Amino acid sequence: MKIRGRVWKLGDDVNTDLIISGRYKYDILDMKELARHAFEDLDPELHKKIKPGDIIVAGQNFGCGSSREHAPLVIKALGVGAVVAESFARIFFRNAINVGLAAIECPGVASLFEEEDEAEILLEEGIIRNLTSGVQLRFRKWPEIIYKIYLAGGLVDYLKRGGVFE
Amino acid sequence: MVEKIISRKVGRRVEPGEIVTVKLDYILAHDGTAPLAIKVLEELNRPLYSPDRTVLVIDHTAPSPSSTISNVHLFMRRFAEENGCIFYDIGNGICHQLMVENHVLPWMVIAGADSHTCTYGALGAFSAGFGSTDIGVAMATGFIWIKVPESIKVVMNGELKPPLSSKDAILWLLGEIGARGAIYKALEFMGEGVSSMSISSRLTLTNMVVEVGAKTGLCPVDDKTLAFLRDVGRPAAVDKLSPDDKAEYVDEIFVDLSNLEPMVAKPLSVDNVCPVSEVEGIEVDQVFIGSCTNGRFEDLEVAARILKEKNVKTRLIVAPASRRVYLKAVRTGVLDILISAGAVVIPPGCGPCPGRHLGILGDGEVCLSTQNRNFRGRMGNPKAEIFLSSPATAAASAIVGKIVDPRRWS
Repeated sequence: MKIRGRVWKLGDDVNTDLIISGRYKYDILDMKELARHAFEDLDPELHKKIKPGDIIVAGQNFGCGSSREHAPLVIKALGVGAVVAESFARIFFRNAINVGLAAIECPGVASLFEEEDEAEILLEEGIIRNLTSGVQLRFRKWPEIIYKIYLAGGLVDYLKRGGVFE
Repeated sequence: MVEKIISRKVGRRVEPGEIVTVKLDYILAHDGTAPLAIKVLEELNRPLYSPDRTVLVIDHTAPSPSSTISNVHLFMRRFAEENGCIFYDIGNGICHQLMVENHVLPWMVIAGADSHTCTYGALGAFSAGFGSTDIGVAMATGFIWIKVPESIKVVMNGELKPPLSSKDAILWLLGEIGARGAIYKALEFMGEGVSSMSISSRLTLTNMVVEVGAKTGLCPVDDKTLAFLRDVGRPAAVDKLSPDDKAEYVDEIFVDLSNLEPMVAKPLSVDNVCPVSEVEGIEVDQVFIGSCTNGRFEDLEVAARILKEKNVKTRLIVAPASRRVYLKAVRTGVLDILISAGAVVIPPGCGPCPGRHLGILGDGEVCLSTQNRNFRGRMGNPKAEIFLSSPATAAASAIVGKIVDPRRWS
C-alpha cells in the first residue's frame, strides 16, 4: 500500500492535550467537528492547512499524555494519511492502529523532511521517500498482526470480519 | 515483579518483549472514554463479557457542566443499568481512587480507558491505560493483548523528611529521566524509602509513571499493602510480591530520599523539573489540591497542618479523591481547617485537572497544582500556566500567594 501526501512537521513530545484539548472533547461528540480544534494550541491554522492524504512528520514521543482516542480520531478525521514519528507514546500508537490511522515509527524521519515536502510511504516495504529531495529512509515494518488490523480499517472492522488476536 | 504477575496470569513463564493475551480482572472506563468504548461494543454486536468485572465511573465532568455532557452521563447510566455492570455516579470520586479502595488486589491484571490506570501498581497489580477501542474490545471478550514490558529498577534509599512527600520523589525522577525516559517500560520501585512509605504515598509514585512513558509502575506487596486492604474493609489473604534476587533490569536508578529538596515541574511539560528554590517568589493566582495524584486523605491532612489558623491569599480549590476521603476529612476536622483558611471544596472527582469545569484558569493566570500534568491548555486555558508540586508546597504557597518552600511553613 502506498500513502502519498504533503508533509506537515511537528516537534517532540506533542501531547494529547495539544492534539485535542480536554476543553472540547467532552462537549463535541462529532469527530469532524471536533477536528476543527485539532492542534489548536500548537497552531490554530494547521487544521485548515492539512488536506486529505497529507502526512504528519513528528519528533520523539508523539501522542504522550492521556489515553483519549479522540487524538488519533481527529487526526484521521482531518484525512491525514499517516503519522510518521521518531517515536510514539505507547497508548497513542495502539489507539492509532486500532482506529485505522497509520502510525509509523521511523528514527531519522524528522530531519528527512522540510515542511510541505512531498512524501511517499511504501507501507509493506518499510520505505519512506522524500519526493522533493529524492532521499529515502527505511523503517522497521510492523508485526503482521498490525498490518491486518490497519488494512481492515481498524480493530473493530478487523474483528467484525472474523479476525482474531490470540 | 511485572513478569511474575503476568506469568501467574497466563500460567507459564513469560519474557519481556513477548506478546501475550491476558484475561482481565477488571475493565475500567470513565465519562471521557466510556462512550466511545460502549459504541465499540455495540458495533461489535456482542454482550458485555463480564458485567461484575466492568467498572464505569462518572468523574471527569461531575456534576455535569453542560446538557451535552448530561446526555453522555445518561447514556452511561442506561448502559450500566441494562448491563448490570459496576457503576459509580457523580460524587463517588475519581475512578482510580475508587478502584484502589473497592476493587484492586495484588496480582490482578487491570486495563482502564485512562492513562493513569497505571496507579494500581502501588498495590502490586499490573495495570495500564488503553484507548477506548481496546477497552471496548476487552468489554466484549474479557481479554486484552499486551507486550510484556522490560523493567527499570528505581531504588529509593533513605526516608523522606516531612514536609517532603513522594510527590517530590516522583517529580525528581521525571526531571532525571525525562518524559521519554521509560517508554514501554515498567518502573519497579523498591528500597527502604518505598517500604517506609504509606500506600497513599506509593499511589502518587505509580500514578505518575505514565508521564515518563512507562506502561506501568509497581511497588512490592508487603505488610503495609495488607494493612491498607484491611483498612478499606477488604482483608485479603494474598501472596506478597517482591522482585527475585536474579531479576533482570534494563536500567537502574538510585536516589537518596533524605537528600531530596521540594521539587516543582514548571510549564509546559512534566519533566521541566527544578527544586522549589529556583522558582520561589513566582506569583500564583490559583492553587489546586486534589486529583488522582494527590487528592487522598494524607494529602489533605498535610495541607491542613500547614493551613491551620492561616488565611490563603490565592484561590484555593480542594477536591477529595473519593467520598471516603471526603467523609474522613470532614470527621477529622481537616476540612474545617481548610475551609476556615479560605478553601473552596468541590465534589469528589477530577475537578479542574482535565480542564472542563470547577476552576478553569483565566488568561495569563498561574496555577500551582498537585495534579500530574501541566501541558498547555490542560486546565482549560492555553493562555494560563501550570506548575506542579506536592500538597505541602501547594498549601504553603497558597498562604503567601507565591511559590514558596514548604519547609518554612511546617
